[in-house]
Amino acid sequence: MIDAKHLRAALPQADVTGLLRRYGALVALVVLILFNLAFTPNFATWQTLNVNLTQVCAIVIVAVGMTLVIATGGIDLSVGSLMAISGALAPLIFLGHLVPLPHPLLGVALALIVPVLVAGAFGWFNGWLITRFRIQPIIATLVLFIAGRGIAQVMTNGNLQVFKVPEFQFIGLGRVLGVPFQALLMLAIVVLAAWALQRTVFGREILAVGGNERAARLAGIPVAVVKRRVYLISGLCAGLAGLIVIAINSASDANLIGLGMELDTIAAVAVGGTLLTGGRATVVGTFLGALIIQLVRYTLLANGVPDAAALVVKAAIIVLAVWLQRQGRT
Amino acid sequence: MDTSPLLSMRGIGKRFGGTRALEGASLEVRPGEIHALIGQNGAGKSTMIKILTGYHRRDAGEILFDGREVDFASPQAAQAEGISTIYQEINLVPYRSVAENICLGREKRRFGLLDWGAMNAEAERLLARFSIHLDVRQPLTRLNTATQQMVAIARAIGFDAKLVIMDEPTSSLHDQEVEILFNVIRQLKADGVAVIFVSHKLDELYAVCDRVTVMRDGRTVKVAPIRDLSKLDLVTTMLGRAAEQGETAFRRARHNPADGKELLAVEHLAVGRKVLDVSLDVRAGELVGLAGLLGSGRSETAQVVFGANRAEAGTIRFAGAPAAFAEPVDAIRAGIGFLSEDRKVEGIVAEMSVRENLTLALLPHLARHGVVDEAWQKQIVDWFIARLKIKCASPEQKIRELSGGNQQKVLLARWLCMTPKLLILDEPTRGIDVGAKAEIQVLIRELAEQGLGVLMISSELEEVVEGSDRVFVLRDGRTVAQLDGESLSEPAIMAAMAHGDAAGQDARAGRDQA
Repeated sequence: MIDAKHLRAALPQADVTGLLRRYGALVALVVLILFNLAFTPNFATWQTLNVNLTQVCAIVIVAVGMTLVIATGGIDLSVGSLMAISGALAPLIFLGHLVPLPHPLLGVALALIVPVLVAGAFGWFNGWLITRFRIQPIIATLVLFIAGRGIAQVMTNGNLQVFKVPEFQFIGLGRVLGVPFQALLMLAIVVLAAWALQRTVFGREILAVGGNERAARLAGIPVAVVKRRVYLISGLCAGLAGLIVIAINSASDANLIGLGMELDTIAAVAVGGTLLTGGRATVVGTFLGALIIQLVRYTLLANGVPDAAALVVKAAIIVLAVWLQRQGRT
Repeated sequence: MDTSPLLSMRGIGKRFGGTRALEGASLEVRPGEIHALIGQNGAGKSTMIKILTGYHRRDAGEILFDGREVDFASPQAAQAEGISTIYQEINLVPYRSVAENICLGREKRRFGLLDWGAMNAEAERLLARFSIHLDVRQPLTRLNTATQQMVAIARAIGFDAKLVIMDEPTSSLHDQEVEILFNVIRQLKADGVAVIFVSHKLDELYAVCDRVTVMRDGRTVKVAPIRDLSKLDLVTTMLGRAAEQGETAFRRARHNPADGKELLAVEHLAVGRKVLDVSLDVRAGELVGLAGLLGSGRSETAQVVFGANRAEAGTIRFAGAPAAFAEPVDAIRAGIGFLSEDRKVEGIVAEMSVRENLTLALLPHLARHGVVDEAWQKQIVDWFIARLKIKCASPEQKIRELSGGNQQKVLLARWLCMTPKLLILDEPTRGIDVGAKAEIQVLIRELAEQGLGVLMISSELEEVVEGSDRVFVLRDGRTVAQLDGESLSEPAIMAAMAHGDAAGQDARAGRDQA
């Protein structure tokens, strides 16, 4: 009785901030698009859409993994370095530098699978450090944040690998019915993760662990297993994103692949409305968050504002997003 | 000795939101006196101390300290006036030296620089007062807990304290360490420093304290020289006799639970310093109460049985087989449910809905190929909401928006939907309204009659006496009595809590008491 009454009384005030918190990302995106339609020349073209989609795909894919990690109350700083490992390993495979290839297509197949699995294994290692030794996630993943890029550079001796292998590069450059393949891949991952978070036991366990770890353990949820799995998934996502990035560039530079990715993805997650302390997460929000950040950058660039200034705006957006999250908590 | 009080708190009142924490409470401490402050959980001891030290502001009443009326705005202000508090957890800086810790916040300076020589000398001088001689330059972490505790006390005294408050200072100490601490306390007394000593261990109170103040339900119910009170007096005063005696919704079912098969048998269990030698057993269809004062090891025992903690010694048998559950999930699989004591910290997942909280443990069974069958889930949730009369706007309402009683019902349903063989309830009716309390009590009784084994921890004596078929009493981590049938009564339980046996009653389980 009291609860219902209390709730109804609290509704009017809670509405505005509540709605903003829930749909803030969507509102911001719509505002941005309207602004661009009005002021940015040639905004409503296929080309603009493609440019933006291409640039945002890798961030979104990695950010999906990051969302799951953050939903458990963790964080994964190693994603950029794992992208570098995957991106450095793939050319070694399909160029036949590692093992001689009986058939070039076999090399491409292996290059699409093995690097992703390797990145996943490193991700699982993050989770193992965190659960086995109870190391804070920020420290545990800092290990591979530092060492991962080093591993990638050692693998390639620090050399730039340039290549032209259309079969492999389909993942970054190919089109299906005129739509970039990587965008389809990204959408598939977003939909799958959003569905899994809502509908599967694993998804609910992730949120329970992030919401109240002790309660989750006492309710029989295998907390360590859940955590190791989200870091594994984060690693797999990073590995895939690494492949896309090198495919687009037709080159692999271990120094640059995924540089700063951890920050971009955390920003996308935060802007999207996922609680950074865990327990409440939205994959679709993360997708919108990444789009917003990308679109802000594009808007500023297209209107003649230098990239350096765009960084400041990006930071401002993150502050705003976190502030909005705070409003909902009393 | 000067008998005008050093501290006099009178008519103290404090409300937190709608709940009354203190009403007309008083506390008087004489100079150089060791004064025990005792009471059950929620009796108001800590609120009282927090008001004294300026952590909370009082709503009513007056505080006289050292002859003046005071109203401290912060713990720092209280400290400056000579009131120091030593908390249960040691609040020191582990990697800094002993001297640095002692002088923290009042460093000695010379020419604007830290005067290490003077600080080290001061630290040594302070520790020497307690016959502790050690290298004050070594980092604190190298010392054992008791010595760290001494450093904390030395630090408190260093502020020229007139009154030292110790909140359960012995809870992390070994027996010998406790003895050292007691010597320090006696030394303080000899130097004219007054001590307020909060502890739940009765023996300790008799070992060092001069007078005792007993609190209950936010009031001061007894002040007396401790020698004038027997342990039994202390326990009875502390637990009190609720006005509405016999008003719990339990009706003792006087059926013969001895018929039930043995479900749980715990023998000589030991974990850490809280559980030393606990034995108990529960049969199917039986409601077994676990009684004991705060800190007697009840919750810790339950956690070990449920696999949330590892036993260091002893055996546990469940449903006829040896059971040493490594994780709660193993205990759950075997058919045990555990309603934890602290709803907020260990029970609810606040951000989730009633539906999700209710089926949290059941989730793996509700899935096909890892995908939750939501129709099935909804059916179960609706059934339990109706059956337990859970008041919520809808199953999708966030659980944090529910009242305490309804949250508790959801958590109870979380286990009932697993159809467990044994349900462990840790303070199942604490902090919930009277109506929900009665409903939960009736429900528990019904479930037991249907064959469920229940192990219920409760600090409310009448709940234990009226609800249980049998009761085990713990005292300082040991099972000291087993009561049933005619021998099961409030006086018997209190006698066991006080003396370690239920005078003249069947104290079979107390045979290991030293």
